[in-house]
Parts: sequence; structure tokens; C-alpha cells
Amino acid sequence: MNWSNLFKISLKALSNNKMRAFLTMLGIIIGVAAVITMIALGQGAKKNIQDEISGMGSNMIMIHPGGERRGGVRLDPSEMQTLKESDYEVLRKENLFLAGISPNVSMSGQLVSGNSNYPSSVSGVGTDYIAIRQLNVAEGEMFTETDIRKSAKVCVIGTTIVDNLFPDGSNPIGRIIRLNQVPLKVIGILESKGYNSMGMDQDDIVLVPYTTVMKRFRAIDYLEGIFASAITEDMTDLATADIEEILRRQHKLKDSDPDDFMIRTQQELSEILNTTTNLLTTLLACIAGISLLVGGIGIMNIMYVSVTERTREIGLRMSVGARGIDILVQFLIEAILISITGGILGILLGCGASAAVRWLGNWPVAIQPWSVILSFLVCTFTGVFFGWYPAKKAAALDPIDALRYE
Amino acid sequence: MGKTVIELQGIRRDFIVGDETVHALRGVSFSISEGEFVTIMGSSGSGKSTLLNILGCLDTPTAGEYYLDGISVRKMSKNKRAILRNRKIGFVFQNYNLLAKTTAIENVELPLMYNADISSAERRQRAIAALQSVGLGDRMEHKSNQMSGGQMQRVAIARALVNNPAVILADEATGNLDTRTSFEILVLFQKLHAEGRTIIFVTHNPDISSYSSRNIRLMDGHVIEDTVNTDILSAEKTLAELPANEDD
Repeated sequence: MNWSNLFKISLKALSNNKMRAFLTMLGIIIGVAAVITMIALGQGAKKNIQDEISGMGSNMIMIHPGGERRGGVRLDPSEMQTLKESDYEVLRKENLFLAGISPNVSMSGQLVSGNSNYPSSVSGVGTDYIAIRQLNVAEGEMFTETDIRKSAKVCVIGTTIVDNLFPDGSNPIGRIIRLNQVPLKVIGILESKGYNSMGMDQDDIVLVPYTTVMKRFRAIDYLEGIFASAITEDMTDLATADIEEILRRQHKLKDSDPDDFMIRTQQELSEILNTTTNLLTTLLACIAGISLLVGGIGIMNIMYVSVTERTREIGLRMSVGARGIDILVQFLIEAILISITGGILGILLGCGASAAVRWLGNWPVAIQPWSVILSFLVCTFTGVFFGWYPAKKAAALDPIDALRYE
Repeated sequence: MGKTVIELQGIRRDFIVGDETVHALRGVSFSISEGEFVTIMGSSGSGKSTLLNILGCLDTPTAGEYYLDGISVRKMSKNKRAILRNRKIGFVFQNYNLLAKTTAIENVELPLMYNADISSAERRQRAIAALQSVGLGDRMEHKSNQMSGGQMQRVAIARALVNNPAVILADEATGNLDTRTSFEILVLFQKLHAEGRTIIFVTHNPDISSYSSRNIRLMDGHVIEDTVNTDILSAEKTLAELPANEDD
């Protein structure tokens, strides 16, 4: 086979008919660009949601009391007192899959500073809490284990609290705020996180050592919950299983007893949201796939018409010694060149359109390398596949008929 | 007489059209030697197109033997005939059949593009030589749509020459040209004949026979006349005697 000459012949034939070649390419260009852009949009939306979830702490594990019955009556979980401080300490000591763990007891009350006041809920937590929730201390510092041991009257507050209690803009660090008549010293301010996707103000937050809430405010000996974070997202399942085992042992539950606690992970939430965005991506991919198919049919159409239009040319080529296979290869090379060029232009257009959507529409996009490769392969494949039939037809022409074709 | 280039033995060609069998050729036999300029004449329906297709290895006979340059063509496959056309035959058509939007030199190079043994340098060099021999050495980069009919036919002749064929087959090569240009093309054919080329010129125009060395006349699928022309007219002379074309 005389590949290099046939390649030159195909290239020449294409450059002689630039308009026709471009129109054929257009279908492929739009198909590929559509696939890349739509998948980039879908994946961008998905990534956006995932980022938000991991912003809340993607490895987060929440343990709540639960499942306890008294005389057949299921109790409100907040009334249950099955989680103890000792559970927290054992988990902290024994569970190898946890990066951080913090008890949680909460209360609400009116915060007062000078003549400003603001109603807020206060979380009694451990030192790991800010790491688990991916919070950062902007000014001052987080309270320490010593503060927890001493049930110190200190607090770390969010920016919403700062704005409401210190409207004059003075530095709150070192100032005293009162909660239900108990003075708390502000030792740190958290970095602002804004609103989350549920519309909750993440800066409306007051962190106090959990021992302070338990002993000084509420006089309770149980925990309302335990927050923990697995070392990595993948280890969440291992960590969860380990927590369950340790707590069942701690609570001396028999094999037949149900758990008296509930473990929730952030993964569950992210799976629900992922299902939605995956549906969106699939839908967009379907639309894009159809555009690609239409592009392929476009190639077939033009190739088919071009065989008829070029019958005499084919006849001439055959009369000067082109074999059927030479004609077939020429038409296939033309189809492949059109598909590949169209594919490359489509990739450029798709990436450009994605970037334009990001800058102009401020829409999250994430161009997926696999979508680029996939759409390119699919378009080349459709180009060759749909180029094959007309090429076959051209190769089977009888040179006498082709030469006399009007 | 040189060696035999074409030998036909009892060539028959039948076409089946609907229920009927049409006998286009009913036993044609002749041989052509190297260096002959043969005109094949006949009215339409005489079978000359069918004969030309067979001579050009575009078609195979129903019965009979055809040897081209000593090779039997009768049972050859399509692909082998394509290769044979590529190496042994040069076609010149009535309507030139040049590739559109393509330069003269690229048109002439075309047959060699299908021959992998020829390097691109040799291809170009042979195409230049062929164009020079038809007097178009200064128009090599002109595209087919920038040339007159006579020039296009010269390019087509150069294309037929470029593979150094055993035989040049011309099918009504002057049919689309005015009288003056026709004679210019005939001058070219006579020049090629003088250089020792074997030429078969199929035409229905009886005037052309006076300029060739041998005339074969077909009727109803038979050869009815096969004469050697001893008194070959010079096309150049006739051209000189033509009244000058005032339109030019």
C-alpha cells in the first residue's frame, strides 16, 4: 500500500474543497465542544457541592445517643443520656482511624456585652472541634486542654457574634461577655465562613469548653453528641465500625441488644447530593452524545454526497491505475482527517466555551480530561464509521460507469 | 515492424440488458505493433467504445484472448488490471477529465501517485519532462480552470505519457475542440508517433484517418476494414493552410 502518496492525495482533495471539508467538520466540532462543555458544567456543579460538603468537614462522623426505649416508648434523642464523657475518652484513646474527636453539648441563651445583646446557641466542645469542622481562628487563640480541665470561663466566637456584640468595631479579644449571668472571656475570633448551602449562618457560633457547659451552665453528666473526623474520607467506614465496636463494649450491650447510639457520616449526605448531580451530568452527557451522533451523520451525509459528486474523479483515478482499495483508503483518510481536525477544533472550542462560562456566567466548571479523550475518540470513531460506507461505495464503482457519469 | 503490443483473438463481448443479450463485439481479431498510429472508426453502436474499454483493460471480453504487451488480460482480476493500466496504458479522453482546481503538473503526476516504486523527485521530474514534450513547459503551475480546451487536452496527453506506456488510447480526443485546436492536437499526436509511440485513436470523424498510419473500421461488432495508410498527411501542413482564426 502506498500510504504516503494516498495521504497526499487525500490532503490535496480536502484542500481543494475547503468549504465542504469545513461544513463536514462543523458537526464534529459542535458535537465534541458540546460534550466537553456540558460535562464540564455538570462536573463543575458536582465539585461545587462536594467542596461545600468537605468545607463542613467531609470526614466528619457524628455520634448521637439513640435507640433507647423505656417501657416500649421511644424517647426523644436529646433526652437520652447514654453518651458519657468516659465514652469520649475511650474513643479518643482507642480509635486509630480518627484524626480528631470532640464532645458536644449545647445550650442557648442571651449573650450580653455592655449595652448590646444577642441570642445565640453556645456549643460546648473539645479542642479538636475547630479541626473537625474545618474552622480557623483568625485572631486570638482556641482554648486549650488546660481550660477544659479547669472548666475555664472562656469562649471563641464567630464574626456574626462580634458584629452584634461589638458594633463599635472595638477589638473583642480579652473582653468579657455574659451568658446567663456567667462572664466569659473572649480569647479568639473565628474566620468567617459565610452561609452554607442550606442557608445557615456559619458565623453565628460561640465555642466554650464542654466541661464549662456541663458543669457551670447545665449541671449534666452526659454528652449530647460526639463529633469526630476520620483520618481520610476513605477511612470513614473503618472508623465508623471501630466506634460502634468500642461503644457497644463500653455500654456493655449484648449481641442481641440494638445500638443505643447513632452514627452518621457526612458521606451519606454527600451521596444524596451526588446522586442529584450525577443525574444532571448524565442528562447533559446524553444531550452531548446526541449532538456527537448528529455530527457523525453529518460526516456520512457529506461523504455520501461527495462520492456521487466526485464519481467522474473516481473514474479518472481508476482509469489511471487506482485500485478499489486505493479509492477506499483515500476516502477513509479524508474522513479521518476531517474527524481528527474537527475533534481538535472541537476540543479547543469546548475548552474555550467552558472558560467563557466560568468568566462570564460565574458558573463553576471543571473540564474533565476523560471527557476530552472520550469525545475525541468517539468523534474519530463516528467519523471513520460513517466515512466507511460511502468510501466502500466509491471503491466498488465500475470505472467505465464512473467515467461516463454525468 | 516492431514487436506486437496488442493482440486480439476472436474478441466477443455480450451485454445482458433485461431479457435480451446484446452482442457488442462479435469476434474481433487484429494485432497492433509497436510504433503504429491506428485510428479505430465506426458510427455509434458499432462497438468501438466497447472495444476501447477492452483495449484499456477497463473491461474484459466474454470470449476471445487479449494480450497486452504479451500479458493475457482475459482472466485478470480488477486490481491486477488497475496495476496494468497504471504501468502500460495512457488514456486521453474527449472531455479531458482533469482534476478540478489542480495544477497542470499535479494532474500529470497523478498516474505516478499510484505507483509506490517511483520517488516523489522522480515523479516531479518525469511530469516536467512530459509537460515539456507537449509544449506546456511554461504552464506547469496553471490550474485546470485557468486553461483553454487545447491546453487542457495537452495536459491530459502529458498525463497519458508520464508513465511511459506501451500504448496511448485516445477516445475522441479532438471531439470537444474547434478545428484549429483539433489540428494542433493532431500535430502533437503525429509528433509522438514520430517518436515511436504506439497510439490508438478512436473517433467517428473520418478525416482524422488520413493522418494516421493504419485505419480499422468497425460495424455492428465486426471489423469491416483494416487498411494501412501509405499516404499519411501532415497535420502541421494542414494547420498552416487553415485560415487564421480571427477570434483569437
